[in-house]
Order: sequence, then C-alpha cells, then structure tokens
Amino acid sequence: MSAIQPKVSEPVSDELTLVQAAKAGDVGAFEELVRRYDRNVFRIAQHITQNREDAEDVVQDAFLKAYGNLNQFQGQSKFYTWLVRIAVNEALMKLRRRRPERMVSLDEDVKTEEDSLPREVADWSPNPEQQYNQAELRDILTRTIQGLPASFRTVFVLRDVEGLSTEETAEALDLSIPAVKSRLLRARLQLRDRLSRYFQRRESADGRPRHDSGDGNQ
Amino acid sequence: MKCAEFLQELTNYLDGAIDDRTKAELEDHLAWCHNCYVVCDTTKKTIEIYRDSQLYELPEDLRTRLRTAIVSKCQAKKKAGPERV
Repeated sequence: MSAIQPKVSEPVSDELTLVQAAKAGDVGAFEELVRRYDRNVFRIAQHITQNREDAEDVVQDAFLKAYGNLNQFQGQSKFYTWLVRIAVNEALMKLRRRRPERMVSLDEDVKTEEDSLPREVADWSPNPEQQYNQAELRDILTRTIQGLPASFRTVFVLRDVEGLSTEETAEALDLSIPAVKSRLLRARLQLRDRLSRYFQRRESADGRPRHDSGDGNQ
Repeated sequence: MKCAEFLQELTNYLDGAIDDRTKAELEDHLAWCHNCYVVCDTTKKTIEIYRDSQLYELPEDLRTRLRTAIVSKCQAKKKAGPERV
C-alpha cells in the first residue's frame, strides 16, 4: 500500500516579497495574501467553530490581526503557518464564547472509549463515496467530523485537509510533535470507524452484494 | 509484530515517515493480517475522502465581501498609523 500523496501547494517564493511590501504599507500586497489564503482560513475556522457566521468573523479578525502584527512576523516560518496560528486562536475563542460550559483546549489529551482497537473492520465498498449523492455525502462527512473532540478535529484538518506538515501543525497549534502525531492517529482512526457505518460493503451470506438495506438476511 | 504495534505506526506508515526496515515489518504484517489491511486501507480512504470533499467552500460573493471589508479596514488602520517598519 502506498503512502498518501501530499497536497501540492502553490509556490511561495514571492511570499516574503509580498509580506515585506505589506509591512512597508502596501495594502495591495496584503490583499494578495488575503486572496491566497482566505479560503483556507475560512475552512479551518468553520471546522473549528462549526458555525458559518463565526467562521466569517474569524476570517476578518485573523487577517486584521495579522495585518496589525506584521512587524512581529520574523520570517522563520511560512507566512501561512503564522496566519493559521492566529486563525486557530481566533476560532477557539469563538468556540469558547459559544460553549462556555465546555472547556475547549488543544492541550487536553482526550481519552475516549474509542481509543482501543477499531471495532469495525468490515471492508468498504470499492467506491464508497459513490453510494451517496453529493449532498448526502457532504452531510455524512460534516456530521462525522463534528463528532470529534475539537483538539482531534483541528489536528486532522490542518494535517490531512489543509496539507500542513507535522512540524507546521505543531507550530501552528503550539503542540509538541508527538502530541500532533498521537492526536492525528486517533482522529484518523475514529473518523474511519465512524464512516464505516456508511461505507462498509454490504453483502448477503452467499457473498453477493445485497440489494436491500435491511439487516435481516445475514 | 502485533496488531496494536502496527496501529501505533499507522500514521507514520501512511505519511511515508518511516525507515525501510520498519516499513518492511509493517508490510509483512499487512500481508497476513486481514483486519489490519482493512483498517489501513480504509483509513487511507478516509483521509482521501476528506481531502477531496470540498467541505466549507467559501462562496465567491461572500469571499469578495469579506476581502473588501478587510482591505478597507487595513486602509483605515494605515491612515490612522503610526505603523513603523
């Protein structure tokens, strides 16, 4: 089995030039940075806050905060990683405000009963996503990922959806590399386990695909 | 290798972040352990489905509205200064 192919990111060679220009007061250069990353920030924010209005606010607040603090960006990391760090903090603040009854922290090492070996080991259909129409699939994926603890969800989104490296994710979330890896493993396994309910191969006792959706004939 | 050990290395394996020797051990395990093979294969599919899912795309009209608001606030900040380089 081959490793997952990382997402190809756009070249960032001119990025420092844009940042320097923005620091010197060129708002047009900053606008170009907004164009480059607004979709990513919106996606990350909505995954964390699970609320569209909050995500819109996070996009604005994160870019404005970045603009106001450009002088503190030293260029040791990528601009994007620095921006993600700001956006994640803004998104977590929104989440905490909305759900004050629940402590939301990325530091919590959430232990859940699902941490043991995966329970569902039934194989999936060859093209599981094609069993559903686009709206159904979107609904399944959204509900499934929303069920994860915030700390797992955030690591999964940065690593596997946005394609940040383990090191960049650790930097953006202020976590150690082992902490990122452990959360990522558990996030991936929990998502897989939950998606199995929708995607597993349905077969009758004689090995042929089953046509009804009932569970009586096994 | 036991299944629990395999699972501990699953993320590194899927990310290609392991040395050749560990990789060979993991693939040896995969060759005979069907459960781990299925877990590995469907975890990989899980990642690919989410990566390609386009959840939470930013609609173009909202995108323009947000960008306009950000840029005008940046302009206002710049005028209000003093922003030193």
